Amino acid sequence: MSGVLVTTTINGDAVQFACPEEETLLDALRDRVGLLGVKEGCGTGDCGACSITLDGRLVCSCLVLAAEAEGREVTTVEGLVEGGKLHPLQENFISHAALQCGICTPGFLVAAKSLLDRNPDPTETEIRYALAGNLCRCTGYDKIVRAVQSAAKEMRAAKPA
Amino acid sequence: MRYESPTTTSEAATLLAGESGEAFVLAGGTDLLVRMKNMMVEPELVVDVKRIPTMRSIEITDDGGFRIGAAVPGVEVGEHEALGRAWPGIVEAAGLIGSDQIQGRCTIVGNVCNASPAADTTPALIAADAQVEIIGPKGQRTIPVAKVATGPGQTSLTKGELVEAILLPPRPANSGDAYLRFTPRTEMDIAVVGAAVSLTLKDGVVSKARVALGAVAPTAIEVEPAAAAIVGSKLDDGALDALVKACRAACKPIDDRRGTIEYRTEVAGVLAKRAALIAFERAGGIQ
Repeated sequence: MSGVLVTTTINGDAVQFACPEEETLLDALRDRVGLLGVKEGCGTGDCGACSITLDGRLVCSCLVLAAEAEGREVTTVEGLVEGGKLHPLQENFISHAALQCGICTPGFLVAAKSLLDRNPDPTETEIRYALAGNLCRCTGYDKIVRAVQSAAKEMRAAKPA
Repeated sequence: MRYESPTTTSEAATLLAGESGEAFVLAGGTDLLVRMKNMMVEPELVVDVKRIPTMRSIEITDDGGFRIGAAVPGVEVGEHEALGRAWPGIVEAAGLIGSDQIQGRCTIVGNVCNASPAADTTPALIAADAQVEIIGPKGQRTIPVAKVATGPGQTSLTKGELVEAILLPPRPANSGDAYLRFTPRTEMDIAVVGAAVSLTLKDGVVSKARVALGAVAPTAIEVEPAAAAIVGSKLDDGALDALVKACRAACKPIDDRRGTIEYRTEVAGVLAKRAALIAFERAGGIQ
């Protein structure tokens, strides 16, 4: 069979999978690695539902070939949980009801975490710009923005000075 | 499809030249993977250039200019402080492209080589008098950015050739550039019109200028009469009116769902004037 064998790190674990060369990282993560938190919305980089980080950079996994992940570090929404405990962003999305159908939520969480890693105290405008690549057809975005603000506040308070 | 990720540009050129079917360079993939998904292209060969070290960095050149590798993503262009100080207009044009997710992948060279008439970085690069370094089976050549696109989606690159880097000239003191675009939405949209101005002042007067427009012709265009209109001025009303007129005269836009011919022509003048004023202020000019 033609194809590539990809050795990569996903959410801190060494992972190996084989796939056709034209397969996207989105499809490989879902169908070969079993990480179903990565969602396909548009498949063309417009909706952000498939957001992951690749070597620490926020990207749409639908616009990355699986073969490109060779030797790289991939983080998906599944990687936000630490020691079985939900990330403050996840807790706040729940407590603020920042989701309805939920298909966009993993992408929003990954994008929001990428923002807070760079900017622990973003303004509302900065949050809205940073999440402009994530589409939600249910919430009207307001509760998502509030959840990110609340999570950011908690994370700043929890950080040792 | 075959996927290759060479570590030198000459290897990449050899792979591209040796493929008889459809072959594509993969840098950020934000255009190519969309086309593959929509079955607009079915490549036999994709050559990923992101493992070529000379394409992955932004360097300050010996003459004091900048060399931006073809595989440097938008987010890294935005993070480069020296580049942002020297060429804020180019950096803001690159930063306007897509979402944070797209910025993590999209490249300036990809934007130029995709040859969309509405590309945001192309007018800013033309205003900057930027060059592209091309490597191919016959060796290396350097051409102005304005000579890359020959029409919508068409470039002057020949089989086996690929762009290795963008070259920006050294920046004299009292220089400034700016890029503005009009879009109906503030984010995630494509330019209806784009305008870029780069200028240098001497004794407070514009001594050199370049003006370029996007989305008003089949390719981004340099507008020499618009630049000539402001050279020798402090951007007084008369000079700015002449710049606006020259920009409108250079427009050859199309009518489409994002804007009419009349609208694009009108807005091109407005944006060029505003970009000139921002560039002038950045250069330290006082009207």
